[in-house]
Amino acid sequence: MSSIFGVPTQALFGQLLIGLINGSFYALLSLGLSVIFGLLNIINFAHGALYMMGAFVAYFLLQWAGLGYWWALLVSPIVVGLLGVVLERTMLKRLYHLDHLYGLLLTFGLALIIQGLFRNEFGSSGLPYAMPVQLAGGRSLGFMFLPNYRAWVIVFSLGTCLATWYVIERTKLGSYLRAATENPALVQAFGINVPRMITLTYGFGVALAALAGVLAAPIYQVNPLMGADLIIVVFAVVVIGGLGSIMGSILTGFALGIVEGLTKVFYPEASNTVIFVIMALVLLVKPTGLFGREK
Amino acid sequence: MLIRRFVMVTAALAAAAAFGGITAVPAQTPISDGIIKIGVLNDQSSLYADLGGQGSVVAAKMAVEDFGAEKKGMKVEVIFADHQNKPDVGSQIARQWYDAEKVDMILDVPNSGVALAVNQITRDKKRAMVISSAASSDLTGKACSPNTVHWTYDTWALANGTGNALVKQGADTWFFITADYAFGHALERDVEAVVLKNGGKVLGKVRHPLNTQDFSSFLLQAQASKAKVIGLANAGGDTTNAIKQGAEFGIVRGGQNFAGLLVFLTDVHALGLQTAQGLVFTETFYWDLNDRTRAFAKRFADRNRGIHPTMIHAGVYAGVTHYLKAVEALKSDDGTKVIVRMKEIPTDDPLFGKGTIRVDGRKIHPAYLVEVKKPAESKAPWDYYKIRATIPADQAFRPLDQGECPLVKK
Repeated sequence: MSSIFGVPTQALFGQLLIGLINGSFYALLSLGLSVIFGLLNIINFAHGALYMMGAFVAYFLLQWAGLGYWWALLVSPIVVGLLGVVLERTMLKRLYHLDHLYGLLLTFGLALIIQGLFRNEFGSSGLPYAMPVQLAGGRSLGFMFLPNYRAWVIVFSLGTCLATWYVIERTKLGSYLRAATENPALVQAFGINVPRMITLTYGFGVALAALAGVLAAPIYQVNPLMGADLIIVVFAVVVIGGLGSIMGSILTGFALGIVEGLTKVFYPEASNTVIFVIMALVLLVKPTGLFGREK
Repeated sequence: MLIRRFVMVTAALAAAAAFGGITAVPAQTPISDGIIKIGVLNDQSSLYADLGGQGSVVAAKMAVEDFGAEKKGMKVEVIFADHQNKPDVGSQIARQWYDAEKVDMILDVPNSGVALAVNQITRDKKRAMVISSAASSDLTGKACSPNTVHWTYDTWALANGTGNALVKQGADTWFFITADYAFGHALERDVEAVVLKNGGKVLGKVRHPLNTQDFSSFLLQAQASKAKVIGLANAGGDTTNAIKQGAEFGIVRGGQNFAGLLVFLTDVHALGLQTAQGLVFTETFYWDLNDRTRAFAKRFADRNRGIHPTMIHAGVYAGVTHYLKAVEALKSDDGTKVIVRMKEIPTDDPLFGKGTIRVDGRKIHPAYLVEVKKPAESKAPWDYYKIRATIPADQAFRPLDQGECPLVKK
């Protein structure tokens, strides 16, 4: 069998695909962060906690209302998105005129509180969430066994990412949004309700996080700490891609998933740190991130 | 002027601290400062929090109450802290506890990396340590200490209990997925020895960082190795994630099997029986063993959000009970002397029954090879295990002369 650096090419293809799957979680989460930063200037540290809540809402829906995965995919982002709207209206909107740091501190505190409450109530070892029957099983690709659910995750999150990019970069609504970030006073003068637009944008970013949470629930346990474990990596992804850049966060999300997957073959011990090494290198060479622009 | 005053005050404080430190050691009263202080040092917030965590604090408090310390005129206080699975944080807390807060005994200490560090500090400070959850067999081997008792289980016991049983069933080729720190390395080493001794082969191994979310890459490598058994030398959330994702990748359907080398009741609860059924592993305690363990489990669950006791919680309870017995007999809480006494008097508690503590600090009791029930076989919440075999006390742990513990005279 042919091999590259001592690793069989078959295994290598498998790892690339696995990387792509993990990358789709990074992409979905960093996309939400980028949208929120780009339009609200808030570094949303609560993103991981909201992702976790997305998974928990899916769990509650199943336990209490008997609503399965497909309903959760629709309902959970709406529920958590509405919570985001409440957070924005009651807390975040008071911070827009202040430094980034205040938003970061507030959302970080919120994340700690939310995670602490969930951990107290549900413990740290997680709760089981069954895979939807339609997506159970998998197929052999010759070089690896691909679970159907993982394939679905790639397709679904890629679709969501591209749709979001299209709305923001190619539609009229998106152009309003982008204009509002450049000059809110002027856009307001044209009769557009900028505060409401910002609120809905935050709600949308949060809904993306919750959506990722629902997607994650059948793979990982529904766990109060799932967001805390992931959020730092996702921030690194966003920094590498360039804060606020939509396409940047999508592309780097997938790319870094692949880099991480490959590290797990060649030097697994470093798989948790490789992303931060790349972040340091990127910051040295291009402090705005790969796709970021100077503001 | 100001600087001189500052220097003088600092010097005075330093002198006070130094003399305070010296005078505190040769305590005149039998029980230092009148209080027996027990510090539960464990993971309160991360992947090992359910299998130990607050449950260990509850178990320690129950042991103190059941012992009747108050009636006997003994003042016992239980405190706890979160070491976050970081040896530096754990060491710092241990030093702070011993030096400033007059803690007499440190308890539980999951994560072998942290436990090995605290083991050394306890030895230097001549206090006492009762380990219930750290697993590395080095704690009673090369790193054994006259100030430490290792209570519940260790990597050698797990390796021999589970490894022997599986290799004898024909599972002779192995691939290890190992947590990359002291515990994982020790467990992998001990299981590998068992596999090789029984004529099996290790086809490969991969080491992952502690608290890994995604195991798919490692599972793919294990799958490609074609090994009959994938040995999981990790614990808590790492084990449950690996097993759950293994189901997704069709590991068991493809003819390979998982060997959970360290699995706890709370892990099975988190996985659900649907995913966990059929897993075989070693435990030294199960709540449904007999009337006494069931009675304990009920009282414990009432105080611990319904979570039933793991073997770690049981070890904490039994360890505190025996520690207090030794303190009572000795009428002193001098760490080194208490540990000597703990080894002299036989152990007897409702959870592990009668047992002994060896000179290397190893507590000896039977172990159980258990199998997780099918969902249909489980009749009540937390009814999860079938006991497949009982490993007698004299075979469950590493023979005294094989541990290379310097306390053991050749």
